[in-house]
Amino acid sequence: MRLGSFAAALAGVALSALAALAQQPIKPAVVYDKGGKFDKSFNEGVFMGADRFRKETGVEFRDFEPANDAQIEQALRRFARDGHSPIIAVGFSQATALQKVAAEFPDLKFTIIDMVVELPNVQSIVFKEQEGSYLVGLLGAMASKTNKVGFVGGMDIPLIRRFACGYVQGVKAAKPDAEIFQNMTGATPAAWADPVKGGELAKSQIDRGADVVYHAAGGTGIGVLRAVADAGKLGIGVDSNQNGLHPGRVLTSMLKRVDIAAYSSFKAAYEGTWKPGTSVLGLKEDGVDWALDEHNKALITPEMKAAADKARADIISGAIKVHDYMSDQKCTM
Amino acid sequence: MSAAPVELPRWADTALVPLVSVVAALLVAGLVVIGIGENPLEATALLLRGALGSAEGIGFTLYYATNFIFTGLAVAVAFHAGLFNIGGEGQATVAGISAAIACAALGAVPGLIPGFLAAPLAILAAAAGGAFWAFIPGWLQAKRGSHVVITTIMLNFVAATLIVYLLREVIGKPGSMQPETPDFPAGAVLTPMHQFLAPVGIKLPPTPLNTAFLLALASLFAVWLLIWRTRLGYAIRTVGANPRAAAYAGISPAAVTMIAMAISGALAGGLAVNEALGVQHRLVLDFTAGYGFVGIAVALMGRGHPVGVGLAALLFGVLYQGGAELSFDKPTITRDMVVVIGGVLILFAGALDGLFRRLVAGALRLGESSS
Repeated sequence: MRLGSFAAALAGVALSALAALAQQPIKPAVVYDKGGKFDKSFNEGVFMGADRFRKETGVEFRDFEPANDAQIEQALRRFARDGHSPIIAVGFSQATALQKVAAEFPDLKFTIIDMVVELPNVQSIVFKEQEGSYLVGLLGAMASKTNKVGFVGGMDIPLIRRFACGYVQGVKAAKPDAEIFQNMTGATPAAWADPVKGGELAKSQIDRGADVVYHAAGGTGIGVLRAVADAGKLGIGVDSNQNGLHPGRVLTSMLKRVDIAAYSSFKAAYEGTWKPGTSVLGLKEDGVDWALDEHNKALITPEMKAAADKARADIISGAIKVHDYMSDQKCTM
Repeated sequence: MSAAPVELPRWADTALVPLVSVVAALLVAGLVVIGIGENPLEATALLLRGALGSAEGIGFTLYYATNFIFTGLAVAVAFHAGLFNIGGEGQATVAGISAAIACAALGAVPGLIPGFLAAPLAILAAAAGGAFWAFIPGWLQAKRGSHVVITTIMLNFVAATLIVYLLREVIGKPGSMQPETPDFPAGAVLTPMHQFLAPVGIKLPPTPLNTAFLLALASLFAVWLLIWRTRLGYAIRTVGANPRAAAYAGISPAAVTMIAMAISGALAGGLAVNEALGVQHRLVLDFTAGYGFVGIAVALMGRGHPVGVGLAALLFGVLYQGGAELSFDKPTITRDMVVVIGGVLILFAGALDGLFRRLVAGALRLGESSS
């Protein structure tokens, strides 16, 4: 018995060694944005994806949290000089720095998330946040009893308006007469980390009659979900699965799979299939989704699930076109 | 600065006390490093090698030092007039806005002025913006008696709000995810050092270090000249030492207060020159990044003297650049740890200054009595 398991372990080691020989040795690295590695949201998603790659393949990765703008370029160049590849740059604010560094190191692979950088050695990964937001808007409108729903955004930038616009379209698809309140937390990066103000905005929307509130506000959203749960209404989470934060009080979460983006970029490089260019991840590519787990299954009725499944199929087939705010900087409904 | 309660020989005051506080701070920081299970000697070696061990490291170190020289001098000049200017962040912010508007005007009307004057004009605009923002609290102090500590820090918030409004609504790049201006016209920005020195055959790796560093060195000399070699500098020091005696001697403390604050603000504007005109080549939000506040520690540690300010700025440059390299090589030492180490240094050099003065004075007396 013991010998058997030992032999099996040995065989396993030999196999993985063989597998490792077959793979190209890679030295992946991640540069987070200034929000930091453990932000419970965007950056942490990238870390989770990279960590999953490490656990599966045993290949270690390096990472760095820049403290100021100068350090972003410094870190990218430093990783590049040490021969790290692929290097993932997290967030749109790294585009300028990446443009410079990637041009200096044409033999290395770079991946940027949430922004497009057009260079022959850069892979750009962007998401169709409007599609996922459409689905949670649809679910939110169906769950609403008052026919009034809310949206709390983080920083007022085109990207967040894209979330809002998709959400509005989903709500209107389920209930054309529904009323939607929209608030942005602020105009500076501080708006990503202001849970108190997020909570106040949610409360004011609830006071005006909203009973479902969706947030796309990073750390600010923690306050939104808490205020909504305290008032006995329903919240909708964003980026990662936030259903478990207030079980039974979070209707669902709009998943933006940055973890999969990071994981598949590393994995593709590991397997030698990494390609530069822009990938746009929507419902079809499993880049965005809505979360259904044990925390919210009592909240989602069979009709709601059927409607969401149908809308998803229609968006994938092209029967429903979800308007992208960033295509024309407008959200006309 | 106000008269110290403990009398020390000049050499002890200017060299020994800062040295003792830096060594003590490093010892405490070493304990913190031990606490998280790393070797403090190895960490110190990594920090120094990262900051000074390569041409690139030195470039980054001097780039950070440039920021600290400007903000440190800003605080030091106000100190000499007995004023505590903690509004460096706000003054640098308004300086950046002012430079950005000047650059936008230059970009909108090409050929408005000869090309070689564009960069000096942008620098002057930055200095004027900083001076204006510091003049307001100076005027309030001189004419209304509102304390500059309160007004300068409150104007920091006003400046932070102003830049947000302007970048979003007026001078920002349309459709951008970030609140930032379009790139400045090429003639108005400062040359990176690696390009500046290339024609004379000195090859340097690309770093953010730019000609603003030379401006910083010139400012160090100019401040020394101003404070110790001019009539105005004498008036500033007199008002700082005793405003009533200054008035009795025919110096107007109100005028000196306003002038000293304006000079202080113009120096703080150098931060915008280095960051916006020298490195980013556009105006971004939060470019001041706390350098204005670190300037207070730099001025305290440097005893308000340009030589001391230069050395203290270099020390903080080493700490910033070496700290980044340290957190790069040692994943257990995060960027927050580096902030802790810097904070310990500021605490020891600034807040606990009196403690070390007393200790040094006691040690010296002991030495005298035993000999």
